Amino acid sequence: MTSVTQDIIEVKNLVSHYGERQILRNVDFSVKKGEIRVIMGGSGSGKSTLLNHMLALLKPTSGSIKIDQLNILTANRKELSKLRQKMGVAFQGGALFSSMTVGENIKLPLKHHTELDDNTIDIMTRLKLELMNLAGFENLMPSELSGGMLKRAGLARAVIMDPKLLFFDEPSAGLDPVTAVELDELILKLRDAMNMTIVVVTHELESAFKIADKITVLFDGEVVMTGTVDEIKQSSDERIQNLINRRPRNDVVDAEQYIQRLTAGQN
Amino acid sequence: MLSRLKQMIEKMGKSAVDSIESAGRLAVFLGYTLSRLWLFRFPLQEVIKHLQFIGARTVPLILVSGLFTGMVIALQFYDTLIRFGSVELLGAAVAMSLIRELGPVMAALMVIARVGSATCAEIGIMRNEQQFDALDCMAIDSYHYVILPRLIAGIISVPLLTAMFDVFGIGGGYVVGVLIHGVSEGAYLIGMADTIVWNDVWMGIVKSTIFGLLILWICMAKGFFLHIEQKFSGAEGVSNATTQAVVLSALLMLFVDYIVSSLML
Amino acid sequence: MKNMNVNFVVGLFIIFGMATMAYLAVTIAGISGYSGHNYSLIARFDNSSGLKKGAFIEIAGVKVGKVTDIVLDKESFESVATFTFDDDVILAEDTIASIRTAGIIGDKFVKISPGAADELLKSGDEIIETEPSISIEELVSKYIFSSDDDNE
Repeated sequence: MTSVTQDIIEVKNLVSHYGERQILRNVDFSVKKGEIRVIMGGSGSGKSTLLNHMLALLKPTSGSIKIDQLNILTANRKELSKLRQKMGVAFQGGALFSSMTVGENIKLPLKHHTELDDNTIDIMTRLKLELMNLAGFENLMPSELSGGMLKRAGLARAVIMDPKLLFFDEPSAGLDPVTAVELDELILKLRDAMNMTIVVVTHELESAFKIADKITVLFDGEVVMTGTVDEIKQSSDERIQNLINRRPRNDVVDAEQYIQRLTAGQN
Repeated sequence: MLSRLKQMIEKMGKSAVDSIESAGRLAVFLGYTLSRLWLFRFPLQEVIKHLQFIGARTVPLILVSGLFTGMVIALQFYDTLIRFGSVELLGAAVAMSLIRELGPVMAALMVIARVGSATCAEIGIMRNEQQFDALDCMAIDSYHYVILPRLIAGIISVPLLTAMFDVFGIGGGYVVGVLIHGVSEGAYLIGMADTIVWNDVWMGIVKSTIFGLLILWICMAKGFFLHIEQKFSGAEGVSNATTQAVVLSALLMLFVDYIVSSLML
Repeated sequence: MKNMNVNFVVGLFIIFGMATMAYLAVTIAGISGYSGHNYSLIARFDNSSGLKKGAFIEIAGVKVGKVTDIVLDKESFESVATFTFDDDVILAEDTIASIRTAGIIGDKFVKISPGAADELLKSGDEIIETEPSISIEELVSKYIFSSDDDNE
């Protein structure tokens, strides 16, 4: 039974810089199998950077990242490729290829990584489209879809290989409330139907509270807290309360620094 | 005053470092792309797809520009040669200048204008919309799937387009020289055949092959590294990258043209 | 169906491109497809100034071959040219090869005056009787200074 409670993601002491600027400060982060984990934080909190590190799209300054027992920082191309076939990623804007139809986009991973015949691939594609309420949109071009549909199509592509681990970047950003709720339902459905581990990056509280088993709150590149929805809601940490109650940050303004910031960038 | 000077020197140093870095990036980009020829299977279906865009759909532009280029150089040469009483050299002059120089260069400029800019913008938008990240995450190699097929299609297309440009230019010259100014058909065609040797045609093929590689290489790299090289992302970044790609590939093309000419003449 | 269409268009493009390239190579640059159906002779000239590789060879104004090589004989300081003829051109031993100019400023070419001897030239043989390039300057100076005819 150890495999049930095993950590599928283990991030330790992750430090990351963008140029001179430090983005992540000693981030520890772990996710158990079958869990829906939400990474929450305002813009600039480093949540997207953390996601990109876990996807092995960025190299950190120091620290370690293990996904499904594989250290992705030292893994070679083959190992990484194998891991990635068990991982699905749904990007913010869908990231569909504009030169292909929706159907061709969703089929792409199957065509590349499996030897399945075209009929089987077609059926699997339609299954996923049904699941995402996109039946019949197979032959449209991505440019003909709305924002919500693009996200769902991106999600369909992410789960076409039935991954055990799914990352979802900002599922509800830029969507109307009804569509956003639909996507939340979809995420829950995916976990229940396919037993996936799902990591969602978002700044939307409502959606986070609805879907999360556990929430990790990032602030200025540091993990403030990890806990269940109730634990987060009852936290006494001021930064978390600010986030929950949508209060602006009330940083103490240092007059000298303020002037310096204003006059910098003159050259 | 002194700080101004210091700033200026710093700026110059930084831009020098930047351009060396950028050149290195270009080289690595090409190396990565070509290494995919050995690492993966040949992307035939993708190459065909891009041959259609880079090659087949550029043909009308090449035919029209080739025809007019041939017509205008025939007109210019006719006007010059008639003063020396040697209009029978017209065919030779038109064919020589087209096959050796104007054909490869003009065809390459047309390809830069139509294909280079579009490709740079397309790749840049793919970068902006995280499509390369998406490919990485799907364990699909971007260099193999996106870059290499376009590069190969460019290398195949540009020499063929150049040959078409040459032939249509010669045809345009025929229209102006023979049909309009009454140079004898025999003198035009035979003068041409007697002057041009295989080395001239070969030079055109070598040049245009290199141009095909160069154009697609530079234009794709400028789009691919949009997120590193451009100050702005989004539409402005794409438009800046496209401008840089067009200017850089045109200048490099002319530079390489000189080098190849001086090596082969 | 859509895919076939693409393949068709691309195929057409390749064929058209290859055809134009072949036209340039064969018709204009005169790459003859019948290699092996020609033979070579050599000829020595005191002066082959202006004659280039690829220059054509005529008999009575008809093109019958090409100059394929020009080198210097380092002992006699003569120019040794290799002529390649079409196979059906048969020449006698006393054939004369002379370097001529097309027009006043035109290209140099080789004019062959066939002989009448019984012995025929075979591939690799040498055409003994040759006339070198005549430069306009020499001709002009000959007229002006009316020096003795040393050209024969």
